[in-house]
Amino acid sequence: MHELSVAMGIVKIAEDETKKAEAKKVTLIELEIGKLAGVEFESLDFVWPAAVKNTVLENAERKIDMKEGLAQCADCDSVFEVEHFYDSCPKCGSNLKGIIQGKELRVKALEVV
Amino acid sequence: MCGTCGCGSEENGPKILTPTIGKEKHGHDHGKNHSHAHEHSPNHSHGHHHDHDHHHHHHGHHHHDHSHGHDHHQKTVLEVERDILQQNEIMAARNRGYFDAKDVFALNLVSSPGSGKTSLLERTLKDLKDKIPFYVIEGDQQTLNDANRIAALDVPVIQINTGKGCHLESDMIHDAVKKMSIKNNSVLMIENVGNLVCPSMFNLGEHKRVVIVSTTEGDDKPIKYPDMFHTSDICIINKIDLAPYLDTNIEELKKNALQVNPNLVFFEVSATKGTGMEQWYEWLEQNSKTNPDNQ
Ligand SMILES: Nc1nc2c(ncn2[C@@H]2O[C@H](COP(=O)(O)OP(=O)(O)OP(=O)(O)O)[C@@H](O)[C@H]2O)c(=O)[nH]1
Ligand SMILES: [Mg+2]
Ligand SMILES: [Zn+2]
Ligand SMILES: [Zn+2]
Repeated sequence: MHELSVAMGIVKIAEDETKKAEAKKVTLIELEIGKLAGVEFESLDFVWPAAVKNTVLENAERKIDMKEGLAQCADCDSVFEVEHFYDSCPKCGSNLKGIIQGKELRVKALEVV
Repeated sequence: MCGTCGCGSEENGPKILTPTIGKEKHGHDHGKNHSHAHEHSPNHSHGHHHDHDHHHHHHGHHHHDHSHGHDHHQKTVLEVERDILQQNEIMAARNRGYFDAKDVFALNLVSSPGSGKTSLLERTLKDLKDKIPFYVIEGDQQTLNDANRIAALDVPVIQINTGKGCHLESDMIHDAVKKMSIKNNSVLMIENVGNLVCPSMFNLGEHKRVVIVSTTEGDDKPIKYPDMFHTSDICIINKIDLAPYLDTNIEELKKNALQVNPNLVFFEVSATKGTGMEQWYEWLEQNSKTNPDNQ
């Protein structure tokens, strides 16, 4: 589980941005995580306290905006929800598709003081 | 710490080692060289005292529009919009630039533990090293075992021990590559940590990702661990010599893999017996020659 690396990436961004803004700490962090991004939410919860300890994020509230997986069929162009990479087009059965949403893994906003 | 694979704890960061065939060197250098930029002491001075020349007479002129929060407890919202893995992506792009400049064809080998990554490398290097200059980076949580297996073939190799880390990251490759003087027009094989989940998210700057799955693992691995198959270009099905003894259906395995990623190219081999290696060699020779701009 790479969730610790993900958490450390979040901490790094929060530290950078807080410093740039000459703020002291983060009170709220907003994340955008796609359901196909490969992140286990429970694992992220599990590593979070250790990762944010003694950082600007230590007492920050965390808000996660979960993005559903969406794909567009390469054969018939229809857009459909995907839960797994192996879901095929419900209209024509094709496996050829482009993921258009659900791989997001970003820090959207920080509320700092 | 992570429940699934036991990765975690920042304590022992990755170590980069050179092989010492035979002698296992226990590098117990608790060097605390974990580099997390926490040098941000909580009481770093904020510019609270604006001793600029223009005074803040409170009914001031309108030009003074940079609003340093005079209220020290005012909350500011920063619209950050940054990708969390951007650091890894940046370093991966740097690695890739280095490889491209030198015409080094870089492969990232991923699989569950024991699928045969090192065996495949051993066989490939033995058969092709007189034709193609190879370099190898070995990733494992512990030991120099795999690096020593490669070093025994007289191929330059660097071992990365990730400690508790369950995957390689692009900065580790950057550091390892700096320790090798890679010749132009060569092939760099990166054997990732045996793990079918975590390495999938971490681009190392490779040209092609090769997932290895062995017949002993059953035919539903691709749909159980779709991320890895989704991000790979090549799928090597290994240990086909054992297929007659197992219930694994290779056609079913391929069908499952194609459902996750219709672009996968397959090779069916036995790394230890040498079966099916010719096609893989052909692919490798072709791709290492043609400037890999097909990705
Ligand atoms: N029968 C058979 N055994 C194989 C084959 N390839 C590898 N093995 C055996 O499988 C075991 C594991 O092989 P390795 O090459 O060490 O696997 P690995 O993927 O490098 O393992 P880690 O680095 O620990 O993840 C060894 O005992 C190999 O001899 C094969 O094609 N056929
Ligand atoms: Mg190995
Ligand atoms: Zn992991
Ligand atoms: Zn369709």
